[in-house]
Amino acid sequence: MAEVLVKIQPPDHPVHMPEPAVFSAAVEAEIDKHIAKYPIKRSAILPLMFIVQRERGYLDAPGVQYLANRLELRVTDIWEVATFYSMIQTKPVGKYHIQICKTLSCKIMGEGKITKHVCNKLGIKPGETTPDGKFTLSLVECLGSCGTAPMFQLNFAYHENLTPEKVDQILDELP
Amino acid sequence: MFIGAIGCEPLQLRRVHLERSRTLDVYRRNGGYEAIKKVLETMSPDDVISEVKKSGLRGRGGAGFPTGMKWGFVPKDAPKAKYVVCNADESEPGTFKDRYLLERDPHMLIEGMLIAAYALGARHNYIYTRGEYKYLIDIMDVALDEARAAGLLGEKILGTDFACDIYTHTGAGAYICGEETALLSSLEGFRGHPRMKPPFPAVSGLYASPTVVNNVETLTAVPDIIKMGGEAYQKLGTEKSGGTKLWSVSGHVNRPGVYELPMGYDDMEKFIMSDCGGIANGKQLKAVIPGGSSVYIMRADQIIGKDVRMDYEGLVAAGSSVGSGGFIVMDESVDVFESTRNLTEFYKHESCGWCTPCREGTDWLVKIFKRIDGGSGRPEDARLLLDICDNIEGKSFCPLGDAASWPIQSAVKRFPEDFEKHLSGNGRHES
Repeated sequence: MAEVLVKIQPPDHPVHMPEPAVFSAAVEAEIDKHIAKYPIKRSAILPLMFIVQRERGYLDAPGVQYLANRLELRVTDIWEVATFYSMIQTKPVGKYHIQICKTLSCKIMGEGKITKHVCNKLGIKPGETTPDGKFTLSLVECLGSCGTAPMFQLNFAYHENLTPEKVDQILDELP
Repeated sequence: MFIGAIGCEPLQLRRVHLERSRTLDVYRRNGGYEAIKKVLETMSPDDVISEVKKSGLRGRGGAGFPTGMKWGFVPKDAPKAKYVVCNADESEPGTFKDRYLLERDPHMLIEGMLIAAYALGARHNYIYTRGEYKYLIDIMDVALDEARAAGLLGEKILGTDFACDIYTHTGAGAYICGEETALLSSLEGFRGHPRMKPPFPAVSGLYASPTVVNNVETLTAVPDIIKMGGEAYQKLGTEKSGGTKLWSVSGHVNRPGVYELPMGYDDMEKFIMSDCGGIANGKQLKAVIPGGSSVYIMRADQIIGKDVRMDYEGLVAAGSSVGSGGFIVMDESVDVFESTRNLTEFYKHESCGWCTPCREGTDWLVKIFKRIDGGSGRPEDARLLLDICDNIEGKSFCPLGDAASWPIQSAVKRFPEDFEKHLSGNGRHES
């Protein structure tokens, strides 16, 4: 077995490795601050993924390359973690990500009506993005807003006790 | 939404309605940081643990394990660093109490963690908050900076030799990370897979070092325990369930909210029908899930006229459990087949995929629910659901598998009519 392993050669065709992402000095300082919290760099992986997402729209291949270099990990280590967590986006999402809570308390308090209204208004189904890239709609599990159901999270902001009228007001006011 | 205490003086909710309640200034003017002062001036770490043991405080995250005993498991002579980790990953459906504690009284958590860190000899400590609660992480960061600037964190706290620091950490949308060992995997920068126990975190937790993981509500109870003494705190509740408890109430009640009740509150019917304003729109009560989604669902006739005492023993005797204290109240319009399907989809989505019974089992459960809903249900499907649950419960790597089984087991047994309706093809859900 060992002999076989030794015989494995690097591929003869070029492997495309993207250039790592580059961030401003201010963002680098923010990243340093997170890494300094932990005795082991790897612990900062999730906070850093959120920063990359914020800066680049989603966690793309250059962002992953950057994190691997910064945390002294393999690219596969980064992907392995990224694909486990539902809040880490590995594909582009709209400028506004609407996440409607679909779990029981919201469900029985009228989540269906809100979802239908948002779908009709934006002309997309859950899991889709509007053609102009402005809105992505997702149905998600419990967001801890059960006493103020139904609700959605618009990017990081909670909007609670929703009615179709309130949804119109929130979405129409967005730049 | 209502936030307040019923049947006792507010303890953990004492400051939530004060203006600027999240500032250090208001916290201090209302009894804040007196407990840590008392601890540092007059108590040894063992005194603190003994007070917490006397208080009867049990883990408020859902498992209800005695907190003082958990702290006592940490070996005193371990040469490694020790850690206190606050579990603020609140993701149990129906539960939203920690959110308001973090939002309105962040310094109470800092003080509770300082006391725990002193008792256990922990220098660096973390608050693991679910990623969706980003605004709460920002609030916590401001409070931590305030505390640091006031000499309540860092070296020489309150002029003593005690040194301690607390940092925030973010999750990223995985329910499983509320399980303490999965939380630690996540905090170390890995996928949130649970770990084998033993070794328990108290012996080998974060970075393979002795670690105590406690829920927000558990840690925020500690300052009052120190101030009033363990025995006085215990007496607020019952012999086996000390103190007060926060209940998150959602669903078809007139007054949803976060309620602080003394443990052993009498009784559940009064709580729902009177304290929470009764069932909305004049409808009848049909079912209650009293402890977050992972506990047995109760029929109205298990509650009405039954004097159900609201504490660990009382709810078990009534056929459910306290769990995280997340009350989901359902009126007669709810189809329990549908509500159970909704929760099963939740568990399927949140199963981390590590062990086969839970990963495959929850997937099969959802498939059967879909088949029944599609009109192709078979008479034996209710039994098949129970059979699959039996193959998950107690056989999964961590409690998520049990949590996925219990709602179905109890729903099929307690609401057979709702399942039969679907199995005979009359319950086809139109949405």
